Amino acid sequence: MDRRSRQRITEGCIKGILFICASLSILTTIGIIGILIFETVEFFREVSFFEFLTDPQWTPLFVDKHFGIMSLVCGTALVAFIAMLVAIPLGLLSAVYLSEYASARFREVVKPLLEILAGVPTVVYGYFALLFVTPLLQVLIPGLAGFNALAPGIVMGIMILPMVSSLSEDAMYAVPMDLKEGAYALGATRFQVAVKVVIPAALSGIMSSFVLAVSRAIGETMIVTIASGQQPRLTLNPLVPIETITAYIVQVSLGDTPSGTLEYRTIFAAGMTLFVFTLALNLMSHWLKERFREEYR
Amino acid sequence: MTKGPLSRNKLIDRVFKITALVATVVGLVFLSVLIIDILIDGLGRVSWSFLTSFPSRRPERAGILSAIVGTLWVMGLTALFSFPLGVCAGIYLEEYAKKGVLTKLVEINIANLAGVPSIIYGLLGLGIFVRTLALERSVISGALTLTLLILPIIITTTRESLKAIPFSIREASYALGATLWQTILRQVLPVAMPGILTGTILALSRAIGETAPLIAIGALTYIAFLPESVFDPFTVLPIQTFNWVSRPQKGFATNAAAAIIVLLLLTLIMNSIAIYLRHRFQRRIKW
Repeated sequence: MDRRSRQRITEGCIKGILFICASLSILTTIGIIGILIFETVEFFREVSFFEFLTDPQWTPLFVDKHFGIMSLVCGTALVAFIAMLVAIPLGLLSAVYLSEYASARFREVVKPLLEILAGVPTVVYGYFALLFVTPLLQVLIPGLAGFNALAPGIVMGIMILPMVSSLSEDAMYAVPMDLKEGAYALGATRFQVAVKVVIPAALSGIMSSFVLAVSRAIGETMIVTIASGQQPRLTLNPLVPIETITAYIVQVSLGDTPSGTLEYRTIFAAGMTLFVFTLALNLMSHWLKERFREEYR
Repeated sequence: MTKGPLSRNKLIDRVFKITALVATVVGLVFLSVLIIDILIDGLGRVSWSFLTSFPSRRPERAGILSAIVGTLWVMGLTALFSFPLGVCAGIYLEEYAKKGVLTKLVEINIANLAGVPSIIYGLLGLGIFVRTLALERSVISGALTLTLLILPIIITTTRESLKAIPFSIREASYALGATLWQTILRQVLPVAMPGILTGTILALSRAIGETAPLIAIGALTYIAFLPESVFDPFTVLPIQTFNWVSRPQKGFATNAAAAIIVLLLLTLIMNSIAIYLRHRFQRRIKW
């Protein structure tokens, strides 16, 4: 065999190996969906889909078992809603400040510092929500329980703040300069340029960051596991203990639930619910971002 | 001067600017308060005996030895698996794959995987590694789960780093008769490596703080021995921290704060290495 053809075989082999590595990501997705569907189908052999959606209680670990996912969904939505109440205004304001007002130097220093917030392990935020924020809030709100949705919601909002802020800022930064210059030439202040030109022009990019932040919030696990209690309930009251989908999965995982039992399968049914929500939100965020890109091609 | 619309607009602008500045600073204030609170709670507890003791039912005698050793085991293996896999996948997608429907699909897939909640990876690990492959609740199950979790990040940074290399480098190599792989291995990869390493270290520093997926695959919360092989059960720092936070006694909360200090130090060290690498190599290469 001459050198040429040996080389060609080597090249082919290497390409094959690299391809296998790349296809691993597809296999991961197939694995996730496969596992979730398999166990969820088994789950629905014993529990009716109707009960799953309409029963107001979720008590798979009690003697009197109920399988109503809505109380977990409700807890998840409540915490995510509080988190967004914190992250959207703060994130949007800081994005405007960083893109329209701040000096290059300020941005250079502050942006990486804000990124640190996103890199702090979530168990640390859980500690902080339970042992610092909750006691602090209890001084202000006398009826607040030791475990509640409010404190983890606020802390989670701060955690996803850098994501909202930096993705929104990217979108604002991409707004063509001539649009802004046109407004300045007409005598607009920076505030007017930001609110009437930049934000509307970057809107789908900004919305994309909000949607992605919601997806992060509902998938976040440790803050709510530590600080919001383990009591699934159908309530919108942020002052009492609740349970989220993610916290439920952790609660069951900590116990010694044997595989193959109905209790074991509940975590996959809960996981499937979570996966469907986050996937829908991620795709929506992706779609919004693409739309934004197309506007300024 | 009379108060016309112009000065009113200026006033609004100024008020808005201050509001926006305050909003920007809120995150930083929060971060400082968090760090100070944890230092106050836990710094007094960090000591040599805390680092070298096993957990105990008595908080003042408990330590994080098994958690540190477990974290090192899991992170070492995760790095060993995720780095070559991620870099190879990144090279294939960036240098080999033809732009088409399939490649686009793989790209969307990777973007979506990066957005899947980490607890779902835990369920994947539980279903595949712990049950189907019967690896049990072992170090290797944990490492494989975390590998899948950070793979999308490593693939993405690899591609970004490769994309930044000018095409002229490749053309020069082809012109000398080098094959595609020779060009990648000898010209492109060495230059892209700092970027890839930086991204990998950042991904690993994210993995080191992950708690939920490891709880889902059944990592233990109380462990009074060290793993001797990759098939032994284990615990990690965040799980040990979580375990202490969820106990009512005050002493354990102090332990949790001390463990958090160690955990934050570890992530800080990894991030500093990443920043150093990026800084150092960015300066040296100028096209």
